[in-house]
Order: sequence, then C-alpha cells, then structure tokens
Amino acid sequence: MHDIREDPLPAAPPAQQARGRCIVVTSGKGGVGKTTTTANVGVALAATGARVVLIDADVGLRNLDIVLGLEARVRHHVLDVLEGNAELDDALVSDKRVPSLKLLAASQTREKDDVDTNAFRALVDRLREKFDYVLIDCPAGIEKGFQNAIVGADEAIIVCTPEVSAVRDADRVVGLLGERVKITLIVNRLRPALVRRGKMLSVDDVNAILRLPLLGVIADEPGVIVATNKGEPIALDASSPTGEAYRKIAGRIVGTDTSTPEIPREATFFDKLFGGQR
Amino acid sequence: MSARRIVVTSGKGGVGKTTTTANLGAALALRGKRVVLVDADIGLRNLDLVLGLEKRIVFDIVEVVEGRCQLRQALIKDKRFGEMLSILPAAQTRDKTAVTENQFATVIDELAEMCDYAIIDCPAGIEHGFRNALAGAREAIVVTTPEVSAIRDADRVIGKLNERGLPMRLVINRIRPDMVRSGDMLSVEDVCDILSAELLGIVPDDEDVIDTTNRGEPIVLRAESRLAGIYEKIARRLEGEIVPFTALNAPNFLSRFLGRKAG
Amino acid sequence: MLEFLKRLFNPEPSSVTARERLRLVLLSDHLALAPDVVESLKADLIAVISKYVDVDAAHCDVTFEQQESVVAMLANIPILGMKPPARTPRPAAPEPPPMIDPSPASAAVAVEPEAAVEAPAPAASKPRRRRRRRAGVNAAPAH
Repeated sequence: MHDIREDPLPAAPPAQQARGRCIVVTSGKGGVGKTTTTANVGVALAATGARVVLIDADVGLRNLDIVLGLEARVRHHVLDVLEGNAELDDALVSDKRVPSLKLLAASQTREKDDVDTNAFRALVDRLREKFDYVLIDCPAGIEKGFQNAIVGADEAIIVCTPEVSAVRDADRVVGLLGERVKITLIVNRLRPALVRRGKMLSVDDVNAILRLPLLGVIADEPGVIVATNKGEPIALDASSPTGEAYRKIAGRIVGTDTSTPEIPREATFFDKLFGGQR
Repeated sequence: MSARRIVVTSGKGGVGKTTTTANLGAALALRGKRVVLVDADIGLRNLDLVLGLEKRIVFDIVEVVEGRCQLRQALIKDKRFGEMLSILPAAQTRDKTAVTENQFATVIDELAEMCDYAIIDCPAGIEHGFRNALAGAREAIVVTTPEVSAIRDADRVIGKLNERGLPMRLVINRIRPDMVRSGDMLSVEDVCDILSAELLGIVPDDEDVIDTTNRGEPIVLRAESRLAGIYEKIARRLEGEIVPFTALNAPNFLSRFLGRKAG
Repeated sequence: MLEFLKRLFNPEPSSVTARERLRLVLLSDHLALAPDVVESLKADLIAVISKYVDVDAAHCDVTFEQQESVVAMLANIPILGMKPPARTPRPAAPEPPPMIDPSPASAAVAVEPEAAVEAPAPAASKPRRRRRRRAGVNAAPAH
C-alpha cells in the first residue's frame, strides 16, 4: 500500500486563520458514514499540515475512536473535561500517524443529556483558538445529541447515501439547521452500476431534493470495511479511490482544490482487473 | 389472547432495523398472523416509506397519545396483505421527547389486544427514543452488521436489554460471504461469539433491498429474491420452528465444505 | 519498521484484527459499565494488601486501561507503612524442661521459693518470665 505520508507536503501550507473553523458532520439517518467521513476528512486535512481536532459527540455509543484505530489510547472524554475531571490536554488523544490530528473521545457510559450545551459550546470555542479545524461527529437523530453537536459550528457537512430514507432524513436536518450554518453535501456509498440500471438514486436525484453545494461523491468500496477492521483510516491509502475522494474533499474545504466533484463512474472490466474504480 | 410484543433494535443506525421490521412483519402476515408494526422513530420516520405507505398517513402515534384520535384511526392497513398487516406511523414534525415511556407502553398494551404480533421499529441510539421503544416490549431482536462499530453498539444495547431482563435474539444483516471468505469481514461465528447471542437470522447483503425500498415494496413480496425466503425462515423461527440456516451461495463443493450460511 | 515487516511477511486478515480489537474494546467498555464490580474488586484488593502493609484506604484507586494489546488494571495504593511484626504464638516447639533445678544449691541462690514453685507453669503463657528465670537458674552454677 502506498502511504500518502511518503508524499511531499503541498507547496503552500494552509493559511493559519485567526480562529479555527468548526464543521459538524451530520445526516439525521444513522449508518450513512458520518463517523467514517469525520475520521477521514480529519486525517486528510491534518495530512496537509493543518491542526485538526475531531470531537465525538455520540455520547454512550462512541465509535470515532475505533474507526481511527485509537481506542486503546483514550483515557478521558468530553464529559471529563466539561465536568473538570480532566484537563483538556490530557483528554486529547494524539495520532502517531498524523501528528497534527487530535481526538477528543465521547464517554461510553454516560448519556447525551448529560452534556451541558453552553459548556460544550465554550469548549468548542476554546478549541477553535488552538486548532485550524474542529470537526464534530454528530450522532444519528435530531435530539439532544444533535442539538449539542451543532452548537458552535458555523459549517455543516451533510452525509447522505442515495437511498430514500437517508434523503428524507437529510432533508429534515437541512430544515433544522436553517440559515445559521453553511451547508455542503457529501453523497456516500454510490453504486454507479445500480444507478445506471435505475435501481439506485443518482447524485442529481439526491440533490434535486436537498439542493446543496456538492462537496464530494464517494463510491461504495469494500475497502472501507477493511480499513475500519484494521483501524487504519482509508484517507491514508494512496491507492484507494475512497481515500482519494476524501483527500479531494479536504482540498475543497481548505480551498486548494476548486474542482467540481466527479461522479464516480461504473467500474469497467479493466478497472476490476487492475484494481479499483476511479 | 394478547400479542407478542417485539422491539427491533440495534444501537447503531443504518444496520437494517426498519428493513427487518418491515419484512419480518410482512413475512408473518403472509403466514396468516395479524401484525402491527410501530414506528418509534419520531421525527425521522421511515417505516412508512419503506412500505410505500407514506401517502396514506393521516394520524400518527403522537396524536394518539395526545388524544386527538383513536388508535384504530391512526393504523394504516397495507392492502397487499389483506387485513393482516398494519402500521402505526411516527410523527415527522416532532421529536422523541413528545411521548413518554408510559404513554408508549399504554399504546402497545392497547395494540396487543388487536393483533398477534406488535413489532416496534426502534430508532438508533440508547436514549429517549430507545427507552420508549422498549417500554411495552417483552422480547427483542437485535440487528447488527458484521462491522466493528455496529457490533460495539449492539453489545451496548444487549447490555441494556439484559438490565431490563428482555430476552433477545440476533439478526446479522448485510453479510458478504465473499468478504468473509477472504478474511475481510467478520463471520457469523465471530459475531455470535463476540456478542454471546442466540442467532435468529442471517441476511446477506443484497442490492435488491435498495431497489425495493425505492419502490416502497417489502422484499418478501418479490418471490424471485432469495431474501424473501430468508425472511420467511426468520418468521418461522420466531414462531418457534427449528429451521436450519441454509447455504448462501449457489451450491458448490467449497462453500458447503466451508459452511457459508444464511437464512 | 518491525510492524511493516510483520505485515509484509505475515499479513493478518483484517477480520482477525477486528476480532481482537473488538475483544479488547468490549472488555474495556464492560469494565467501565460495571462500577460495582470494580468497587468490589478494589475492596478485595485493599483487604489483601492490608494483610502485609498498612494502606491509605481512602486514597486508593483502581482503574482499567486499554493498552495496545491488553486491558490492564492499574492500582494506585498509597502505603503508609509496614505492618508491625505479628504477635502470634511461635509454631509448636517441644515443651521446655521444668524450670526448677533439682540441685539444692542453685535453687537456693537463684530463685525465690514461690518463683521456683511457679516455674513449671506452661511455657506458652509467660515466655519472658521464663527467660528471666532461666537466666537466674543458669547463673547460679557459674558462681
């Protein structure tokens, strides 16, 4: 596997803003790829040299740690920090593979209702002083967990799969977010062959309903399951189309990539023979 | 004679609770059981959509609880199943805090007098919506996929079910035998072992599910789909029949030998 | 480098990695979710350790930490001091001979008449007194 960390850093490092950007990754529907997206966009952003912190807002059902492969290193969580039982620096988990990335894990034993919204917002503000990007992995649903996750964010990425339930839930979330945040869309787990055969919604079908600026389109790839099994974010894999998609998304967020997202095309026979579709 | 009250839960979102609820309910209805499916995902309802009944919703569970309609008025019969399958939709414009556990349990109690099976589609998570969905249930089906996050969340949910003394059985959804064979996906044995749970069903990943959901058609009505047979077997097991798990792939020596299972 | 070589020459299927990671993380989760078990374990641990050293029970702490390939228990038990040596009876030794020296000379010099009468009392109850007497009795013949 060609590891992108062996590549030279881009010529122009990302501009150090006065205050970091806070982006919440949400969807409404569960299981569409919020956590995978948060982890991989975070890794890809940090690989450009930016200082990134990822916050898992899924109290009680945390998974950002395990998707990143950092589960063994978590000692404290958000509630420990909010309640004064741990220092923020002690709670931030470093990723040896990507030094400028930090994780702030969720508690596994507490509940979303335990998080005080104002205190969480203050924490986010504090993190924005130390990091270029604060990414918040939002839980499924639209209750307290969601409400806490969006507070303090001025941007949102909606992750949506091309399925009716997911689109419907995303639409509800767009309605709840309203005008307060800048929203972009990632369409995840597209299967171009099914779209062609009329058995799956296309990106245009999805966006005809959601009407959001498209940040990226990611094709369904079994490699993502393997990557999560191993705890190795796929954004580090230079040969993975999904990894590439996440890296492009990071580039668009930073502003160095101004291309329009490509719709992945169906894998041809040759693609399958030589591995992976573009 | 009161109904069996089963909650279909998972912890993790997107693993197939709604699809399982809809298809298991449909399979039971095809076997002559009177089934009511309850959508407990207030605010993000989808059971209606998956069954293609979204245009027929007049009342929802919140209106029942608030006394603005009778329970019977809110039930939507799925005509494809005669009188056998109905759903009680969730509200779309409220959220899960609109109903308390007691109120939810009361609705289930009332439903249990008018059907053989009350199956509750639980929302993702382990908070208010989850607690509501469990209120009034007497048994649980935990749905998981063979993926790390889903299993971790299923484990948490199983712990919560154990605390309440709710018996549970496991459905493993979206298994890909080719990936299990190549060691890229946890096997059925791995999952059952890790969760120490009794298996109710194994459902392979099948692209037809997306198409049928798009159409609002439960896949059990698509006779040529292997999933129809699989959900039928799950229904039979639920009824107490011993039904062996059948081979997933087209029969070939290797897969029989290595024991790839589904059903 | 070693990790890289391991992966190259013995690539472990990712499902095996996943199984192992899940085993550890679930163990960690279960421990975190069973504070009563952890409390009982802590109490038992303190009791056992207290048999050997005096501990500051109020400031003892037991936590579980997931490390790379194990879940480890970390116990922080402040020790205040060694336990004083046990005042338990010595293990069975043969009964010492009676304290009274039959020779008239030593009996007259060493001990008072009542002490001499007391001497054959069981050794177990009064070891120190026995030692003193013995010294007295032995001292006499030296003179």
